Formats: sequence, C-alpha cells, structure tokens
Amino acid sequence: MNQKKSNILLDVRDVAKEFDVSKPWLNRIIERQDKQILKAVDGVSFTINRGETLSLVGESGCGKSTVARLVCGLYTPSRGSIHFDGVDMAEAEGDTLRKLRARFQMIFQDPYASLNQRWRVGKIIAEPILVHGLGKPGSALNKRVGELLTQVGLSPLDAEKFPHEFSGGQRQRVSIARALSSNPEFLVCDEPTSALDVSVQAQILNLMKDLQREFGLTYLFISHNLAVVSHISNRVGVMYLGRLVEVADTNRIFTMPLHPYTQMLQSAIPDLKMTGKQRTPVAGEVPNPLTPPTGCAFHPRCPHANERCKRERPEMIDHPEGGQVACHGVEEKRINMIKLAA
Amino acid sequence: MNPPLLQVKNLRIEFPTRRGILVAVDDISFDIAAGEVLGVVGESGAGKSLTGAAVIGLLEPPGRIAGGEIIFNGKRIDNLPFEEIRKIRGREIGAIFQDPLTSLNPLYTIGRQITETIETHLALTHAQARTRAIELLNEVGIPAADKRIDHYPHQFSGGMRQRVVISLALAANPKLIIADEPTTALDVSIQAQIITLLKKLGREHGTAVMLVTHDMGVIAETADRVAVMYAGRIAEIGPVADVIHHPQHPYTIGLMGAIPNVGDNNERLAQIDGSMPRLTAIPAGCAFNPRCTRRADVPNQRCTTERPGLLPAGMTQAACWLHAGQSGKRSEAENEKKSDENRKMVSV
Repeated sequence: MNQKKSNILLDVRDVAKEFDVSKPWLNRIIERQDKQILKAVDGVSFTINRGETLSLVGESGCGKSTVARLVCGLYTPSRGSIHFDGVDMAEAEGDTLRKLRARFQMIFQDPYASLNQRWRVGKIIAEPILVHGLGKPGSALNKRVGELLTQVGLSPLDAEKFPHEFSGGQRQRVSIARALSSNPEFLVCDEPTSALDVSVQAQILNLMKDLQREFGLTYLFISHNLAVVSHISNRVGVMYLGRLVEVADTNRIFTMPLHPYTQMLQSAIPDLKMTGKQRTPVAGEVPNPLTPPTGCAFHPRCPHANERCKRERPEMIDHPEGGQVACHGVEEKRINMIKLAA
Repeated sequence: MNPPLLQVKNLRIEFPTRRGILVAVDDISFDIAAGEVLGVVGESGAGKSLTGAAVIGLLEPPGRIAGGEIIFNGKRIDNLPFEEIRKIRGREIGAIFQDPLTSLNPLYTIGRQITETIETHLALTHAQARTRAIELLNEVGIPAADKRIDHYPHQFSGGMRQRVVISLALAANPKLIIADEPTTALDVSIQAQIITLLKKLGREHGTAVMLVTHDMGVIAETADRVAVMYAGRIAEIGPVADVIHHPQHPYTIGLMGAIPNVGDNNERLAQIDGSMPRLTAIPAGCAFNPRCTRRADVPNQRCTTERPGLLPAGMTQAACWLHAGQSGKRSEAENEKKSDENRKMVSV
C-alpha cells in the first residue's frame, strides 16, 4: 500500500463489549429468567493521534478499563472495530498480528499483582523481547535489560532481584521497563498510579512524560483521578455507563465543561487551593449497568433532563467550542456554559 | 481556656518482631479541641492509621503502646483494662473505617446493627432505639429510612454503606470520631457527598473528628488543623490553610508540589526523590534527611545526628532544624485569632 502514513495511530469505531452474566441454564429455566447481558462498553468511538495522550475518565463501572482491555486485544469486541495504524485488529492474524502486538504494550494498576513474584526482574523485563523474537538470550539481551532499567530510574544490578525486594513505586517502574522492552509506540496505561502514594505518583508521572518525549510514545491513559488526567493528557474522554459523553482537549474540558456529567465531576474535585469554591455535590449514584436508564443514561441524576432526555439517546456531536458532546441539552442550548478560570 | 478533648503525649507504638523491635510511631504529641477537625495526613507506612487505632484502643497485637499517654476528656485511656475501654469506644469515641463493606456485619440487617450499638450505650428501650436508628439514617441522607432499616448491607451501594457506617459511629452521640480513610474507597462524586455530610454532622453535633487520610484534597476541604506524618513522626502541624499555602517542612513542601492540580499547566511535578525509609532502617537524626534537598543549609550536619522536635515555623510548627533559629514570634492571642479565621474559611 502506498498510502501516506496517517497521523491517526489508533482508531476505535463504535466498539461495544457485552458480558453474559446470566445465571446457569438450569436456574434460568427453573426461575423463568431471561439471559442477562451486561453492556460494559456500548458504542464507543475515538481516535488517538501519534505522540499524544488521550485519557479516559469516569467513575467505577463506567467501562473505562474494559476499553483499555479491548484496545490491547485482551477482550474481543462484541461489535465495532479497532484499527491500529490502519490495520483492522480483528482481521490481522498470524505473523502480521504478532508484529502488530509488539508495537503496543500495557501497564496495569496493581504493581503487586502484575509482576510474577517467582521471576527475577531481569527475566520479567526480557520476556516481551523473547516472545516477540526481538532478541536471543545472551549478553546483548542482558545489556538491553540493563539499559531499560536505567531508563526507568533503576540500576542495572536490580535485574538480579525479585519483585518483593522493591517498593510499590519501584515495581511500577519495573512494569514500565517491561512495557518498553519491545520498543512499542503505544502504551495503554490502566490506572498506573492509583495504587501509589502522591510523592511516588509524581515520580511515575514525570517518568512517563520524559519517556513520551524521548521515544515519541502514544498513551491511552485510564484514570479516575481528574487532577492526574489534567496533568498528563492532551485530550480527555469522559465516560458514563459504557458510553463516551464528552471528548475534547484537556484545556477545554477543564475550563469549559459542557456535558452536565463533566460539570459534575469537575465540581467534585477537592479544592486544594481552598478558594472557597462552592461545591455542588450531585445527588444520586451510578445506576446498575444491568438495567441502564432509557434515553440518556445520565438523565436520572441530571438537573437539566427533560422528556426528550428520557426517551432518546443522545449521539456525539461536534461542538463549536471544540470536541464532541453527547447531550440534548447542549445541542438545544438549554444548558448554560460554565466558564471556569484556568 | 478549656483543656483539649484529646491529648496525645509522646506516643510511641512498637511491634516486637524476631529481628528486633520496630518503632512504627515514634514520640508524637498532638491534641484535638472539642468540635475540631484534625486531619492526619501521610503516605502509606507513615503511622497515621496506627495512631488512630491507638486512640480508640484497637491496636492489633503484637503492636503495643510502648510509651506516652493518651488523655481523653481529662482521663488517661491508654492503660485502661479491656472492659473499660470498651465502654468508651462507641459511646464517647466513634470510628469510621475505610471499607464500608467489612465494617458492617453482612449477616445482620443494618437496623439490628445500629440498634445494638444504641442499646449497648444508651438506656433506651428497643422501640426507642429503633426510632432513633431511623432518625440517624434519615440524618445521614438515606432515603426511605424506615424501609431501608430492615435491609442487609449487600443491598446498599458503596456510598450508602458508608453513610450507614457514619450513622453507626454517631449512634451514641460520641464526642470524638476517628475517621480512617472514610472516602478512599469511594468514587469522586460520592466522596464529595460524604465529605459534605461529615462536615455538616460534625458541626451540628459538635463532634470532634480525627480524620486520617492520604488525600490532601479531603483535608483541605474538611480539617481545621492538619498534622503531616512521615516515618512515624509528625513532620509538621498547624492550621490547614497555612500548611497548604505556606508549608515549612521540606517534606510538606515536596508533598504539596507532588500533587497534580487541575489548571496548573506545569510540565513536571515537583518530585521527592527516593522513598520512605523502611521501619527497620529509619535514618538517624531527622528521618527525612536522606531525601531532603535543604540538608546542606543546616550547619554541623545536625540533620543526620540529632532528631528535631516540633519548632515554631511561620504559622505552623515543623520538625526541622531549618527553623531552629526562629523563636515563636506570634503571641498566643494572635494564634487564636488566626485559627478562628481558618475555621471560618474552611467551613464556607
């Protein structure tokens, strides 16, 4: 193909993931129940450009981690397609798929569970290199492992140690070194700092930014912490009950949130500067995803909801201020824009 | 001036192990006035939860109080026999823990758990206790409390469960509540609701709160004063606005810089290199000295040899030799005025 290299690295189109959470067959027959389908992700579309960081934020159960796993190929989508660098992941197979797989890696939340405690750190970091056939055991590989450890701020001598000899932050550095070992372009980071203390979190976020600059990495960053997201990302997608409700540049999202849910999240951020900002805690909780509300999933908690919101599901529409929003109220200009000072 | 509600003097908590004694909390002192919210903040392993557990007499063996005194309402409580502390716990000092699912018994309805607490501590009949329980549930914002009272914990969502736990802590109208990471397991929107609730109830009942958390944001919104802990010691203590805006201890300064803030477009966060020392290897002198960037500014390498006590520093007190030269410049009256102002600011 002579196609010019497009700037879009990852293109996710209308992806959905459903989980069958029904009771066993016999129980269903006896108790006369239908199959129960949980729509963890329900029609999500976004793109990520080369070298940028897109963050997905939302509360627990909104499907953000499921999106991360779909993108990595840990789940297969129930609907929709994921294109990585122009190649449809569902259609790639064999050698093409393996080559593609080497180009993206994942960093997980819990640095205690995601490292094999019986392996030495050197072996953990070398594994992707060996699996993808990018190197053979020997001194060159050991040297490469040493380099990777240095890059993430550890010592090459640490390759001989076991994970339990490290603190949480150091383990997360090992996870990052492992993710970098196959020279990926794209990293999916699922809450990489949520299990860490703030001072360690600052170290890891700085490290991730440095690595991005050095290797031109692209990140899909999943987090529930809006302050972290505002610090690390170029663009932000806000998820609610399996759907994206708003995607825009970080600056726009944080200075002029349009969707009522984004506005609510915004006002829920603890105010460290103690400006005496009025917090308006929104009543209610995330509904059960097994029985999502009709129409706009946010309508039971939304102060601006009307009949149309209860009936009709809003689609993502481009907004003149930039980005996309899925909200009838915004579309009809019923909702006042809140402009926040940066 | 009234004596403070809770005084902790030179508290030391130890864990005897085969390899020697670990000192998890080392010589800390603070007090809480009636109706005041004291935030205790620190990173994991700083000893903040242990301090809370010690106050309420829930230190798990082999952990033990190895020194110091805890004085509650003018009475020493750290050396009371088990039965005596049991009477105080729940009645005069309530507790809220991080995980609302594990602090409720899954086999009993929440109504039974709340009425049990009420009947244990207050002289009420069963029917009265039930009415009081419904009142409490209403007060913490549980809709249809008269029906929900007969539900089991699993029928509540995380935020609702935490409300139930708060109502349990309030059941006997205690004078002090120890809240250990009450919002950590909750989503941000629920977190905001719970913080607002805690503040409101604390004010209405005049309950003092010792709020243990790692989240500076929660402290900023809730506390009157804050104690910053590091490696089992208090690094800095003072009115919350002063500690946040003008921190004096190098650790607090680093910690504040490390917190990402919406709207700050810094390319990099300030970072404190290294990590908190293990309890087996706490450095001599100031526990923070190996990571401290200001160590060279103190003459005679005092930081590595001599442990600093809390010294007056700006508007706060910091355990740092950088402030050794300063004497307490402000008079007591000014202090009083200042902390009143802070209280107003925070309760807005």
